Amino acid sequence: MQKDPLIKVDNVKKYFGSTKAVDGISLQIEKGEFVALLGPNGAGKTTLVEMIEGIQKPDKGEISIKGLLWGKNDKEIREVIGLSLQETHFIDKLRVDETLALFASFYSLPKSRIETALEMVGLEVKRKTYTKNLSGGQKQKLALGIAFLNQPEILLLDEPTTGLDPSARREVWDILMNMKREFNTAMILTTHYMEEASYLCKRIIMVDKGKVLARGTLEQLLAEYKNGEIINFEVDSGIDEKVFKELGHYLSINLQENNKKGEIIVESLVNYMPALLKYIEQKSLKLSAIECRKMTLDDLFITLTGRHLTE
Amino acid sequence: MNQLYQLFIVEIKEYIREPGALFWSILFPILLALGLGMAFSGSSEQDRTIAVVCSSGCDNNTLVPKNETSTKIGNEKIGYTTFKFQYTDWNQAVQMLKQGKTSLVLKPYPNDSISYHFDPANADAKLSYLMLSDYFSNKPIKESEIEVLKQEGTRYVDFLVPGILAMGIMMSCMWGISYRTVDRRNKKLLRRMVATPMKKANYVIAQIGSNILTGAIEASLLVLVTHWVFDIRITGSFVGLVLMFLAGNIFFSGLAWLVASRTSKTQIANGLINLVVMPMMIMSGIYFSYHNFPDFMISVIKFLPLTILADNIRSLFLEGTGINHVLPPFVILSGIGILLFAIGIRVYKWY
Repeated sequence: MQKDPLIKVDNVKKYFGSTKAVDGISLQIEKGEFVALLGPNGAGKTTLVEMIEGIQKPDKGEISIKGLLWGKNDKEIREVIGLSLQETHFIDKLRVDETLALFASFYSLPKSRIETALEMVGLEVKRKTYTKNLSGGQKQKLALGIAFLNQPEILLLDEPTTGLDPSARREVWDILMNMKREFNTAMILTTHYMEEASYLCKRIIMVDKGKVLARGTLEQLLAEYKNGEIINFEVDSGIDEKVFKELGHYLSINLQENNKKGEIIVESLVNYMPALLKYIEQKSLKLSAIECRKMTLDDLFITLTGRHLTE
Repeated sequence: MNQLYQLFIVEIKEYIREPGALFWSILFPILLALGLGMAFSGSSEQDRTIAVVCSSGCDNNTLVPKNETSTKIGNEKIGYTTFKFQYTDWNQAVQMLKQGKTSLVLKPYPNDSISYHFDPANADAKLSYLMLSDYFSNKPIKESEIEVLKQEGTRYVDFLVPGILAMGIMMSCMWGISYRTVDRRNKKLLRRMVATPMKKANYVIAQIGSNILTGAIEASLLVLVTHWVFDIRITGSFVGLVLMFLAGNIFFSGLAWLVASRTSKTQIANGLINLVVMPMMIMSGIYFSYHNFPDFMISVIKFLPLTILADNIRSLFLEGTGINHVLPPFVILSGIGILLFAIGIRVYKWY
């Protein structure tokens, strides 16, 4: 008999009036797998995660967790899930350890789990602090500590680092990587930060307007859709578009401001770049800006939708 | 770790760590009882200003004292009232009435006739009129025919304390439970909690249980302080009082649960709570007897939950009522409270 996947989402749809929040998404997640749902605000990521959490009911399709279904096996599913919401506030005048003790009691866990959770998220020194006196990053760590209390097989994290400064974001990432290493937890993470998706997750699912745009590892995505490198330049006088073709092979070009500025996506930077610089030198053009970089998920998203991820 | 115990402890900790809540639920009712109790049982010396409007020839009136003079009327038994006569014109007198500086306008005429102008619905004005008209027609108050009642249970403060106790039960349930619920829903904490295997029944029991415990402390302190200051006593069944206290808590917790079952906005919750609480505070005879309302209103007021609670607590305090007397209201209030809970839980929004 074939074993059930840890999470199976099968052609799930959820409409709010005329808005198609989730419009036929399917996915499977196995034990220990970290998967990112990457997409801009309003893409349907949160709705999808809420359906997996059992908070929303799909209009169509089915979601099963370890072969169990919401509405039939709620308690069993809740036992194996840990989650953190987009924003969580706690009881203001309850201390960190008291908040953890409250949630630990919901899972009938021993007191020692509070210590493990505190250690895991690095809040040992804050154990006696009222939650209202925690910083944004510390609150998010506490939310992760709570999500982790029952050492769940599945973590569902809805934008866990939105609004955090870069160093707090790094710390959250480290905590999550630790969880994965030590407990082989599976995770679905929603985010609109491509660095977050590519740092934490092997598999990335790009979502927009309730549909899956693309899925795969970072390398697969970039290779499949447009493997390339990007040159951004700016000169003081326009260059005829024909010239760029003569200089070498490129995948796409986007010129602006009477051809004084542009973005060229090329297969190989090493082949194209010297020719371009030589041309600029020959024509005595003044180069005011030049930048070369690898293609990113944001570039891919723009290619697919014409919009930025962070819009 | 035990779930119900943790939920209960969290409710208690949240309560005792909030100085504002402690003030309003414990100190404020005691201060109110002390303040009002003293205001209405203190010195019987009173001062009243009477506006006098003088038309032509009024100088010939020998009865009404001259401008800015005072007359003391009364005796040792009923206390004294000092009337101060202030001469003015009609417009000014009306102004004084509007500002509450006087409640009675006198117009002296020649040949010692006087007309009195006042609102008969104003008890204070009516009393001033009766005292002055008797005084001017030379009918002194007969001290010998007055016997001052000093029996316990007939003072204003005896009436007041059970009322404040009943109101305290309503207030701590309505504000305590509703406010905490809406706050937690707003913070998405309820949503986070129900995403765990927490038993919802435990959450509800912890809320009511903690409210009963803190309410019992509030009520005990109120009774102890007023016993010490005013010698307030419970003359009826103590068990009956405990039953009424429980019934009040069950009823108003149920009502609070229903009122806070949907909204996540504090302003809306405030409005809803006030809508429920204010009419009862005014009409249910907490500070003053509701028997002064017109008869058709009394027949409604008598069935308001706070009236039922206050009337029964009052009779347990003052009339020596036995437990049998409070069993029917106990059953009715608790029963309706449980029903309200049942409805509230059905429509309750956890997220």
